[in-house]
Amino acid sequence: MAEEIRIGVFVCDCGSNIAGYLNVKELAEYSKTLPNVVFVKENLYTCSENGINEIKAAIKAEKLNRAIVASCTPRTHEPLFRGTCEEAGLNAYLFEMVNIRDQCSWVHMQEKEGGTAKAKDLIRMGVAKAALLQPQETIQSDVDPRAMVVGGGIAGMTAAMALANRGFEVTLVEKAPELGGMLLRLDKLAPSGVDASVFAAQQTELVQKNPKIRVLTSTTLNEVQGYIGHFKVSATSDGKSEEFGVGVIILATGAQVLKPIGFYNYDGQKVITQLELEDRLKAKTLDAKNVVMIQCVGARMEERKYCSRICCMVAIKNAIAIKEKNPAAGVRILYRDIQAYGVENEALYQHAKELGVIFIKYDPAKPPKVESGKVVVYHDLLGRDLDLPQDLVVLSTPLIYGEDNEAVSRMLRVSIDANKFFLEGHVKLKPLDFATDGIYLCGNAHYPASMREAISQALGAASRASIPLSKGVMTVEPIVSNLVDEEACRGCGLCVALCPYGALEVVRTEKGRKVRVIPVACKGCGVCAATCYQHALSINSYSDAQVGEQIKAFLTV
Amino acid sequence: MGDFKVKVRKKARYVNEDLCTGCGSCAEKCPTMVVDVYNAGLGKRKAIFKYFPQGIPSVFTIDAPECRQLGQGKKCGVCAKVCQAKAIDFEQKDKEVELNVGAIVVATGYEVFDPSVIPEYGYDRIDNVVTALEFERLLSASGPTAGHLDRPSDIAFEKDLEDLEKEHKKLSRQVKPDANDGMAEKTAALEVRINAMKDKKATFQTAKKIAFIQCVGSRDFRFNRFCSSYCCMHSVKEAMIANEHDNDVSSSIFCMDLRAVGRGFEEYKVRGGKQANIQYVRGRIAEITEDEAKSPVVWYESTTSRQVVHEAFDMVVLATACIPAAGAAKLAELLDVKLDSNGFIKTDSLAPLNTTRPGIFVCGCAQGPMDIPESVAQASSAAARAAETVAQVQLAVATG
Repeated sequence: MAEEIRIGVFVCDCGSNIAGYLNVKELAEYSKTLPNVVFVKENLYTCSENGINEIKAAIKAEKLNRAIVASCTPRTHEPLFRGTCEEAGLNAYLFEMVNIRDQCSWVHMQEKEGGTAKAKDLIRMGVAKAALLQPQETIQSDVDPRAMVVGGGIAGMTAAMALANRGFEVTLVEKAPELGGMLLRLDKLAPSGVDASVFAAQQTELVQKNPKIRVLTSTTLNEVQGYIGHFKVSATSDGKSEEFGVGVIILATGAQVLKPIGFYNYDGQKVITQLELEDRLKAKTLDAKNVVMIQCVGARMEERKYCSRICCMVAIKNAIAIKEKNPAAGVRILYRDIQAYGVENEALYQHAKELGVIFIKYDPAKPPKVESGKVVVYHDLLGRDLDLPQDLVVLSTPLIYGEDNEAVSRMLRVSIDANKFFLEGHVKLKPLDFATDGIYLCGNAHYPASMREAISQALGAASRASIPLSKGVMTVEPIVSNLVDEEACRGCGLCVALCPYGALEVVRTEKGRKVRVIPVACKGCGVCAATCYQHALSINSYSDAQVGEQIKAFLTV
Repeated sequence: MGDFKVKVRKKARYVNEDLCTGCGSCAEKCPTMVVDVYNAGLGKRKAIFKYFPQGIPSVFTIDAPECRQLGQGKKCGVCAKVCQAKAIDFEQKDKEVELNVGAIVVATGYEVFDPSVIPEYGYDRIDNVVTALEFERLLSASGPTAGHLDRPSDIAFEKDLEDLEKEHKKLSRQVKPDANDGMAEKTAALEVRINAMKDKKATFQTAKKIAFIQCVGSRDFRFNRFCSSYCCMHSVKEAMIANEHDNDVSSSIFCMDLRAVGRGFEEYKVRGGKQANIQYVRGRIAEITEDEAKSPVVWYESTTSRQVVHEAFDMVVLATACIPAAGAAKLAELLDVKLDSNGFIKTDSLAPLNTTRPGIFVCGCAQGPMDIPESVAQASSAAARAAETVAQVQLAVATG
């Protein structure tokens, strides 16, 4: 005899995030009328310890064999509720979450009745699906305890050393012939005043002397296959190809400086970039008497909307360098907002003013004009144009995405944002992880960062990467593709071709060519199950029958 | 380094953590009302309380100085009577815990600058001038106003009205029809006053026009020279949320520079201007006065018209500075680490998690102002440094 389905529904107020906009009392009453529902409880916060205890108590007292929480998003809270079920002796995958907040109460704040009706639909659908849920077991897989760091700038070197000092073997891959990245182009570092090339050399030496780090310079990645714990990397160094395995990958591929072609008569001679100015400062060939710097060149505009975070401080650092070398030199910085955030930056900004660097705010609607021997700028406070003498104009241009970002994004199956910088898994909760497990990011590859920030992020990324490495075992969600009907599979390979994660392969069996799922690599996206015309593949917890019942429940009020 | 002995004092909470189920019957029955610090003093809580609803562990605590039994020597013990879990323990004492650890991470955070020391902003004089943190509580759906922007002056007025109504009720009971003691007249006069106040209350509406003032106590040589990093973005965020809650809300953000430097921040700021009625005004506010409608009036020099102008707002929000925690100096002394000139824990820009003492690391706002993503990233970084330290020690022990 089939077991009796006993569903418990927990409706969360989420403080007033839900209860403020939907009629939760009505939702709770409504839930009681749904098939197989034997217990309903409304909580102020289902995720609070109270709420959790109530779920546990109800599972035991009411002999619930399915639990539903109608609340926020599974992205943040499903693991908690699944764990709760497990602690109460219910298989975690007999839990179903219904999101009545993010796409319901939050978007229907002004329409209580309609929002409540929609929440009822969502709960009814969840209940219908829950009745068909099957218990699942988590999948375990071992982890190759080695790491690859891509990019040998300060972020990459720092991350590699942090992992190596913990005892993990690291392969550090750098495209250029030497380590150091953008550091090699810079003059001094602010606010420490340390010579960038000296610092680069020190760090390079530490990396090279570390017995746990294998450095591959002049190396490009050809292919990366696999998944967390088992990545297979193919790389070419100086024409020679090699393959190696790693468990985790840290991306520290940096960024590049925008060349301001077409802006302010940029010519690389009389009108140069900050990076070109650093070349001259470093080579001690700078002899300008009057320097005008222009900020936000090619940034904070229609084509490139973002603020590149560090350029104001680069300008201030270089202005100070010019003033220290020649106090009589005129240095004027034309800016929109001086981004001297924090303690050190603001102090440096004040120091520059004390040295006599002049800061003039300009309106992007009335941009400065670079003319022969002068820059003309409209001064807001004076209400008129000012002529500023110049024998050198320096343009502060933003850092832009690394040239290989799109290719790397495809190769590693990690996201990039609208500006083609690499995109973290969650802006606040997972700033150093990609959404793809086992791959982490730091430094300018993520977003323009100061030295302090790049080093800090690199250590953090190493810390995140060390978690699977030190555990040695990965536990993966069982919501993956499953060959439910081996007979039906014809081994056509259509699903293999379409799988974006390389999680399927065709193997020879006694019954002929059949597809095989690599569960650890599978993300449960469902492309395979949707394409298989034989219905041989199905996604655990999202089977045709389960989703079908959900749709039916939606259509039958 | 690698071998620290630490004594930690765990304060008595007068509730047994293992027994308390967090049900809240104690707080329901507790007779003592206390100003709720979590809600920035805008609401009340009981003397037995949880700091905030989702707090971990979900266990109640008795605020001893406020408690009748513990702090005021009166007989009470209501909480102990109603607690079914028998978790209340008036005899609980502070405990000392000894730890032996290889590395220490300091993540003690920061405090918010008290703007009442800036006389020209009138924070302690003008009801409707609030701090950003107070404004956050007003915006919060689980806060004292359930997310509606009730003006503090109106909240205070309503409280006065409530008190008068109580007094009126009391007086009414004392009125004897025949007595010629003036009680009837007094009650009637009070009723007139109450009715007038009710009429006035009916005209109240939530704040529609809000001013945000940046760099309150930051970038100000009288107080703190540094920039507090995150306040520009929280003002933009608060202005956006206020507008989402009520589309009639418009905001002006007064700033020197609007520092929107993280991924998506500049775009967010621009979107606020286009879609959420936010105006960004460059300027430092000279003074805030109050008009007869209790509205703060902001005086400043407009850099575009080059004139001193004034403008009334329903509410003014002060973006107060991020300053070192009050205990930072004492903690630094205890840990034997140095502070920087501002009182934050000193770090090196090329070794950003290291304090001046090996084996002790610092992350988040304890080392200086930063936003949430940076704090979260730094927390991982500090963990990396701590793990590295411990790993090195273990390695040294293993290899003798």
